[in-house]
This record gives sequence, structure tokens and C-alpha cells, in this order.
Amino acid sequence: MEEFSNLMQGFSVALTYHNLLFMLVGILLGVLIGVLPGLGGANGVAILLPLTFTMSPTSAIIMLSCIYWGALFGGAITSILFNIPGEPWSVATTFDGHPMAKAGRAGEALTAAFTSSFVGALIAVIVITFLAPLVAKFSLKFGPPEFFAVQLLTFCSFVGLGKGHPAKTIAAMMLGFALAAVGLDTVTGTLRMTFGTGELLRGFDFLIAVIGLFGIGEILLTMEEGLAFKGVHARINPRVVWQTWKQLPKYWLTALRGTLIGCWMGITPGGATPASFMSYGIAKRFSRDGEKFGTGQMEGVVAPETAAHAAGTSALLPMLTLGIPGSPTAAVLLGGLLIWGLQPGPLLFVEQKDFVWGLIASMYLGNIVGLIIVLTTVPWWAAILRVPFSIIAPVIVVICAIGAYTVHNALLDVALMLVFGVVGYLFKKLDYPLAPLVLALVLGDMAESSFRQSMLLSRGEVSIFWSNGLVGSICGLAMLMLFWPVISKLLARLRRGNNDLDEARPVE
Amino acid sequence: MAVAAFTFILGLVVIIDSRRVGAGWAEDGPQAGYFPYYIGLILCIASVWTLWRALFSGKAVAGVFVSHQKLRLVLSVFIPTMIYVAATYFIGIYVASTLFIGAFMYWHGRFAWTKIIPVSLAVPVAIFLLFEVWFLVPLPKGPLEALIGY
Repeated sequence: MEEFSNLMQGFSVALTYHNLLFMLVGILLGVLIGVLPGLGGANGVAILLPLTFTMSPTSAIIMLSCIYWGALFGGAITSILFNIPGEPWSVATTFDGHPMAKAGRAGEALTAAFTSSFVGALIAVIVITFLAPLVAKFSLKFGPPEFFAVQLLTFCSFVGLGKGHPAKTIAAMMLGFALAAVGLDTVTGTLRMTFGTGELLRGFDFLIAVIGLFGIGEILLTMEEGLAFKGVHARINPRVVWQTWKQLPKYWLTALRGTLIGCWMGITPGGATPASFMSYGIAKRFSRDGEKFGTGQMEGVVAPETAAHAAGTSALLPMLTLGIPGSPTAAVLLGGLLIWGLQPGPLLFVEQKDFVWGLIASMYLGNIVGLIIVLTTVPWWAAILRVPFSIIAPVIVVICAIGAYTVHNALLDVALMLVFGVVGYLFKKLDYPLAPLVLALVLGDMAESSFRQSMLLSRGEVSIFWSNGLVGSICGLAMLMLFWPVISKLLARLRRGNNDLDEARPVE
Repeated sequence: MAVAAFTFILGLVVIIDSRRVGAGWAEDGPQAGYFPYYIGLILCIASVWTLWRALFSGKAVAGVFVSHQKLRLVLSVFIPTMIYVAATYFIGIYVASTLFIGAFMYWHGRFAWTKIIPVSLAVPVAIFLLFEVWFLVPLPKGPLEALIGY
């Protein structure tokens, strides 16, 4: 039970007055970010990252990860009350959540959403607690080829499990890699793709990209859809909460399924959004009331919410243990770690025990605090959404601009943010997924250097990637993921030969 | 489609530049352009794939990409934002933000001046307190702040 004592140690770090305060601030900011369309987990954390440069890394990560939890909770409020997903991962929550709210059961829907996301997150944190040290220990054996193989797996699973068309996913990803390559080559010192401009020497900072792609892009998109929010009023009182809680245990199987899907999709970086859709689709297929889904079934709220939260939380596992983030927000947090001078990866568990276990303990506490806060303060958040969009929109733009500026104190970054905003808008319109682009931008340098190191080791032989069992099996898995859409289609066709039941396949 | 063409061109640019710095194998190992070269190559292939799908997939992406009216709405946000970013170069972020929020509320929200003025002033002041006073992060300032002495 080494994990247990480590965890207790972590609680003693997280439970200081100071850190609890940051936790509270983080959750409140997070819910606010989650509620406002246009500000999401990834860019919210990116904007607030510069504020934490002066804090100690542990307090900083506690606050930032709490913003993330808060954003996960907050997304559900807008989906259920306003039928506008505040976050991409709460799109599936609108299917049944909003009909429930319209039928006057908003309180129940919200309670169900919050509680099930809490359950999903809690189980994911338990998974992290016990799995992360093992993975970290295991990955100490990794050399450059293994690291590249894991990165390959990451990107291949995006192609295979993501929602976008493979060609578009690959294009977005490669664009990210290409942008990451701009600037000074760290190995040979050659300038790449700067075309003689000094400003590009630094390369593109992914924080700027995140703020532009998700922030400005989202604002432009929201503008297009019109400005009016028409919401349903919500009252949550202890009686409603209690009654809903009494009903919830009925759906334990759905919740468990959602959590498992979420954990799997979070660790192999499918991300929270596909996880929530997948969980909804599967719950619909297996539920006894499957046909009634979409008309306001509580089960249809439980399924996507548990999966989204479990995925969002477990996305931190590969980030901490391997230095490979499982979601765009985790990627931003990874960037934060690098800025604070912490090298994520297996050694983090050996050298920075306080930090790692403080963070894990704060995940437990943060989710409990988050649940209490959202349950008690829903009416306020709903009131914020009644503020006209013509006030919210410019304020969000201003906040994005400030966030972009403070990363490097460079005004050029603000202009770059605008460019990324246009790219984000176009990509969203054309169904190009943004997450692979961001991850590639973050991991570009790492992937490149591990690839080159392996090439150096093998004198240019690609066969190093299946030279031993470990690296070979990871690469094999990566290839399986890459061709997963093809394989699953073949399987489905084979099965359809026998029976015609496969009509209602869940979302890929 | 235009985006696919654009990514294709970007891929080409990456390939050409990688060839320039050397995409081959030097005495001491892979050259600087080794990795990006393949990235560019895959980017081109993926773009061609998307293009091909858009052109020959049969179910052509129906109708207009974005209607005229919607484009106007989007531009009505985008152009002021561009002016705003440009303005921060000259008058600092606080004054520019005040003007930006005010203008936005006036044109899009049609608020009365009695509402516009307090809101557009309050936000930059709140930002000032948060960033400069509590977290000690300096933001770009212009002549007005210099006049007050900050």
C-alpha cells in the first residue's frame, strides 16, 4: 500500500489553507469558463497559465487542474438549461438533458449530470492513483524508440477513434507537426521555415494556438449562430437533489460502462468528446428504454456525463507518467509543467513526489468541492448566461487577447492568435478536428527528437521500431488503431452476413 | 476544398524548405529537414485525399459553405477585433479594450449609453486590478497610462 501512504502525503500537501483557497478559486473560474460559450477548458487554462508563473508549481497545478474540473462541470449547465453545449464534450448531454429541463425537470437533470460526472471523475482518479505509479515504473525502461512508438500510438488512435474523417484528422495533425517544426532546430541549430523573419525564430507557441483556435474561433462560430440564449429556469433544492440521488443507483450499470469507456478513451487519447458520444450510443443500445432516448431520459444524461468526466480526468494519467497528454487541456497543463521547470514523464514520480501526489489528492478534493459548489450555485451561473452576448463576446475577446499577450509579453502573439482564430473557425466549419493539431504542436519537438534519436541508434533503419517485443507490440497496437475504422467496418460487414442487427452502430 | 488546397500548399512549402536544409542523411546522422520532410509529404497526401473526396464523393458538400448574412455577422465581429488588436499597438490594451467593448455593445447590443459606459470602463479596471496589482503581470500600455503615471 505504498500508493496509499503516498496519497496521504499528498493530502497533507493539498489540504493547506493556501492550496484549498486556490482550489476554490480554480473551481469557480472553471465553472465560469465552462458556462461561457467561447471559453473552454483548454483555452481557459491557457489564458490563466501566465498568472501562475509566480506561484509554487504545486499550488499552480492545483488551481489549473481545478479550473479543468470546473469547466467539465460547467459545460453541463449550459447544455441542459440552454440546449447550447458550453463545451464540446457536453453535446451528448443536450440530447436528453434539455428535453428533461423543458419538461420541468431541470433540477433533476442537473443533479443527475453533476452527480454522474462526479462519479465518473472519482473512479478515474482512483484508476490514476493506482495505475499511474505502475505505468511510471514500467516506462522507466523506455528508450527513444519506445517513446516514439507511444507517441505514434497517440496519434494513430486519434485517426482511428476520432470523430473526424481520417484524411482531415491526418491533415490537421501534420499541420500541427509542421508548425511545431518552425524555428530553431534544437539538434543541429539550423533555422527552419522562418523565411528570414526574426520573429518566427521562437517558433509558434501552442498556447497562442490554443487561445486562437478555441477562443476566437468559437466566438466567430457562436456569432454566426445568432446571439440569443433562450434558457429554462432552474431551481435546485435539497429535496430535488435527494430524490434524484435515490433514483440514480438504478443506473449503476450505465454509469460503470460510461466510466470504463471514458477511462479508456482518456488514456488512449480519444478525448472526452468522442467518449461521451460513444457512451451515449452504447447506453442507448443496451438500455431497456433505448427507444425513449432523446425525449428526456435520466439515463441519457448519466451516460455521456460519466464518460466525459472519466475521460477528462484520466487524460492526465499519460500526461503525468509518459509526458504525453490525452486531451488538449492536458496538453496545456503539460506546457505549464515545462514552464515551471518540471519534466513530465516517469521520473516525475521519483523526483517530485510532493507535486505528483499533491496533484492527485487535489483531484479527489477538487471534485468533491466542485460537486458541492455546482449544486449550490446553479441559479447564479444560469443568470450569467442571461447577460446579453453582445457584452460577453467582446469581454471574452479582450480576455483572449490578454492571455495571448502575457505568454511572452509580445504583441505579435496577439496578431497570431487572430490568425489561429480564423483557422479555428474554418476548421470547425469544415469538420477538421482541432485536438490533433494542438497535440501535434505540443508533442512535435518531442516526437521529432525521439524519432531522430532512434534513427541515430539504428543508423537509419526503420526496423528499430519492431526490434524488440515491447516497442514492436506498441507499434502493432498503433497500426491497429490507425486502421481501426477499416477493420471495424470489415467486422461489421462480416457480422451483418449473419444477422441484420448491426444497424444501430454507435458513433465511431 | 479551399482549405485542403491551402494545406496542400503548406505541405509543399514544408517539403521545399526541408529539402533546402537537407532532408537526407549526413555524416553525423539525420539532417534538420529529415523529420519535417516526411511531415510535409504526409500533409500533401492527406490534402489530396480530402480534395479527392470533396470532388468525387458523389454527395457533394451541399449548398453554400456560409450564407451571405451569416458571413456578414462573422465579419462584423472579426473586423472590429482586427482593429482592436491593431489598436493595442498604439494606445495600449486598456484604452483599446474600453473602446472595443463600448463599440461592440453599441453596434450589436444597441445598449443605452448609460449602460455602455459603466460596463466598458469596469472591465478594464477589473483586469487592471487582477493582472497588474494582484498577480504583477504587466500588460501593454499606451500614452494615457503614461499620463496618469503608470
